[in-house]
Amino acid sequence: MSHADVLTQPPHPQHHHPPGMVVGLPPFDVAAKKMAIWLFIIADGATFAACLLAYGFLRNGNPEWPRPFHSITNVAIMTFILLTSSLTMLLAVRAGSANDKPAAFRFTMITALLGIVFALLHIREWMGLIGEGMTLFHNPWGNPIFGASFFSITGLHLTHVTGGVIALIAVGLRYKGGRYNASDLEVVGLYWHFVDLVWMFVVPFVYLLNLGH
Amino acid sequence: MVDAPDVHISEPAATYKDSVGKYVVIYICLLIIAALQFVIAYSHVGTAAMFARMLFLAIVEAGLALLFFMHLWAEKRGFLLFVLIFTGFALITMQYGWTDSFRMELGVPYTQPKSGVVQQ
Repeated sequence: MSHADVLTQPPHPQHHHPPGMVVGLPPFDVAAKKMAIWLFIIADGATFAACLLAYGFLRNGNPEWPRPFHSITNVAIMTFILLTSSLTMLLAVRAGSANDKPAAFRFTMITALLGIVFALLHIREWMGLIGEGMTLFHNPWGNPIFGASFFSITGLHLTHVTGGVIALIAVGLRYKGGRYNASDLEVVGLYWHFVDLVWMFVVPFVYLLNLGH
Repeated sequence: MVDAPDVHISEPAATYKDSVGKYVVIYICLLIIAALQFVIAYSHVGTAAMFARMLFLAIVEAGLALLFFMHLWAEKRGFLLFVLIFTGFALITMQYGWTDSFRMELGVPYTQPKSGVVQQ
């Protein structure tokens, strides 16, 4: 019995639906879990957009905005790692939908590992900036708001990466153990791609526009 | 009180027919776009022009990720429109505050006088 068949089965005689109630396919023919993660992604996307907008507002309103970044090496490596992790996540979801369980689990764990490397590189970068005297409310280059906005945006993203790594490991292990199925991999995959998508906006606006020449 | 039907639904994963080659091509496109942003960062253009170019590339990059990595292109058109219109509306309505930001920068109109400026 297919998914659609289950949903379109007539209700049990004991269950009385009110007149006019529609029992049929879910909205847009999208499964409930996937719809839930999409709604989360839309809401979370608005959160990040609001943070980046506030950052742009402050940067635009303060002509003396610091440009502390002199090397793009670290952020370029981080970008490469996150984009590659999106590819491995795709391969995990693809293997899951083809019922290739070992490959799906392997690619999920590789994605989690890449996420861990990304987080470690991010923390190393933070430590370097803190070592140069940058805190939430002070920095040696000028406008003190810079530290607050930088740590807020990158911190929020790093929190998402950390949460994503935990989710990847948890879902991957339960998928391997048979408690979760390929649809759960797909849901966590959507979340992971979203984390990657946000980074595509953080890099140019927070790092590259503040590159000291 | 109406009871909900006692139906257990095991949600199947969607089956996407995209080949690995297609994923790799899009991945390489994303890497190239990201690299272009880094090149622009070192170009000698004004901040406004640099911002516009980076925003354009970021939107293209995000579009590719949404449509193909997140499989939005493979979903029903209604769902694609729902996500784009809902998100786009939220993002566009956030933009109303920019005029205040320019007032902060330019100091006019209706802002507090800068310290040391004697008003006539």
